[in-house]
Amino acid sequence: MIWKVVRQIAKTGIRTEAAPDIGAIDAAQAARIQQELLDILGQALTIREVDAGSCNGCELEINALGNPYYNLEGLGIKFVASPRHADLLLVTGPVACNMETALRRTYEATPWPKLVVAVGDCACDGGIFGESYASCGRVANVIPVDEVIPGCPPPPLDILRGILKAVRRRVKSGARVDG
Amino acid sequence: MRIPGLDLDFEALSAPVPIWHAQVTAEQWQTAATAVRDEGGRLLALWAGPMGEAKNAAGAAHESAFMCAAYATLEGAFWLSLPLVPMAQTGRPLVYPDLAPVFPSAARMQRAAADLSGVHALGAEDQRPWLNHGAWPADHYPLQQDPGKLPLVEATELVNYPFVRVEGDGVHEIAVGPVHAGIIEPGHFRFSIVGEKVLRLEQRLGYTHKGTEQRMTQLAPLQAYRLAGRVSGDTTVAYAWAYCMALESACQTSIPQRAAWLRALMLERERIANHLGDLGALGNDAAFAFGLAQFSRLREDWLRVSKAVFGHRLMMDCIVPGGVTSDIDRTKAELLLQQCDAVEREVRTLFNIYEAHAGLQDRFMTAGRVLPALASRLGLTGLAGRASSQAWDVRCDHPFVPYDAMDVVMATHHNGDVAARVAVRFDEVFESMRLIRRMLDQIPPGEVACPVQLPQQSARGAGWVEGWRGEVFVALELDGAEQANRILRCHLHDPSWQNWPVLEHAIMGNIVPDFPLINKSFNLSYSGQDL
Repeated sequence: MIWKVVRQIAKTGIRTEAAPDIGAIDAAQAARIQQELLDILGQALTIREVDAGSCNGCELEINALGNPYYNLEGLGIKFVASPRHADLLLVTGPVACNMETALRRTYEATPWPKLVVAVGDCACDGGIFGESYASCGRVANVIPVDEVIPGCPPPPLDILRGILKAVRRRVKSGARVDG
Repeated sequence: MRIPGLDLDFEALSAPVPIWHAQVTAEQWQTAATAVRDEGGRLLALWAGPMGEAKNAAGAAHESAFMCAAYATLEGAFWLSLPLVPMAQTGRPLVYPDLAPVFPSAARMQRAAADLSGVHALGAEDQRPWLNHGAWPADHYPLQQDPGKLPLVEATELVNYPFVRVEGDGVHEIAVGPVHAGIIEPGHFRFSIVGEKVLRLEQRLGYTHKGTEQRMTQLAPLQAYRLAGRVSGDTTVAYAWAYCMALESACQTSIPQRAAWLRALMLERERIANHLGDLGALGNDAAFAFGLAQFSRLREDWLRVSKAVFGHRLMMDCIVPGGVTSDIDRTKAELLLQQCDAVEREVRTLFNIYEAHAGLQDRFMTAGRVLPALASRLGLTGLAGRASSQAWDVRCDHPFVPYDAMDVVMATHHNGDVAARVAVRFDEVFESMRLIRRMLDQIPPGEVACPVQLPQQSARGAGWVEGWRGEVFVALELDGAEQANRILRCHLHDPSWQNWPVLEHAIMGNIVPDFPLINKSFNLSYSGQDL
């Protein structure tokens, strides 16, 4: 049994691709991204994903970040199961009114630096669903947003770029973890 | 075309699949349900039809409201409309006979219709709100509103939901959600357990309700395919096709052959993409991370080729009214063929590994079992249904172009456990690979789209497509040209409506740690049923 697994792993090799360019980063980008994350957070970046009413398209692409090509964990970024363990909330969907309270509570439960990245057209501006009796529209209508990633859904690389941008912006604005 | 025991005049809708429509009385409404059940048919969908002002044949305006049901039998789909007596005449709310005693899956659909359209199933056992969590006033019925002048709705506080309480020595509850631990959609699960064993699961869904069906009535019929393609992102091709089929059926349009073949090509690619994702996740939920790494890599390869050939990784907005957006040339066809060969080879290797892995099979076998008799009684449908001997597949039962040239082999299993749902997925991947090869080989030349002329008179259309999760059904009612061909009502039905309640049964007697695995083996849509 196990030799079949080992053979498949060996045959597949390492498929991870270089991390995306987010501006002026060169060949040493992966190492720099990790260093930046360490500078800002003093640890790996942890993300809590919140679907606030999406069609599930964005979730598919966020999930894809975990596949061997993007190898998110290799960059020092990981998804966690509780907002209390998270540095950053990745929020998708127009915020359904039925999810508004849950989203607010998740935000409140998230410790500093409490970064929020809105993923997808619906999260950015309400998208095709807009605002209605059942939809609060964009994420920024409910909680403060640091970065938006448009697209329907945005491909995994765009999502990764957006996450890195949100973290970098915090660095530039001088916010630091104390203690 | 008839339902036994019923003398009904059915009108055949112009669609590639056999769909009939008839108006019924309250008595026929109930007789039809029983007759369909006794003949082995199923409830396909249940929804409240268009409301409010409508013109009758004589041109006089009158209040109208309809309750609609669609049934599937081996002959095709029957769409029944029941006119409801308006409150102005009876002094009580709009009511219709309860179908839940005949088809248990009707219960949640009836509760949703009550929340959205203010129509009530007379004497229904469970009348708790389903989609309205309190975020909008209980007396505001979104689908009763005129889409041209929607009122401003005051946001209200969420209300507590009366879950069924299980009592007894050592029984306690685990509440999960709506924000889940993984990267998945929101919903609430209330487990009543003793030790590790689940006595009862009660689901509360509706968290992603975002007014899709009301939004539908605000869009132009030729544009609304985009919204249909966003009912459930993982099923975008099936929804876009079902909506376009409904629109083309209302407009009496026949699309070019090549367009239908390209749609089917995308539908099969969507099926494989989702099965690859699920097979990986199922391995992972049984602590076999190797499976996730391998299958998610294959899925990524698959999506990248979809992007290269059709222009979008999930193939969103590639199906449009009248056809498809782009054609494939020889180079693209070659690329698709090569990928079929490469991916199929790898899936076969992984299939052998999954089959031979004792630890994995130990988790899969007998977990989350739904026996065929229960599946049939509760109306389990689609992939999960086929894994419990419910042999229905629109592609096989009513083969339309291009499936009529394919002899699609239906994948079924009788064990109804996680292992069976895994086996059906593997079989369907291999069958879809065969279909794709055949399509690429035999696709007829010609146009890939044709113009769609909206009808002069008000019209009705329906679409019925076998998506990867199960059948997607779309019922569309259009106003005439004088009213700018407004969408009066468009119901988009996801197979998850039928399957969610069955999951509550599948988990009974299993242990809590097996829930993620069992849940994933169904992989039902939240957004598709929340709308």
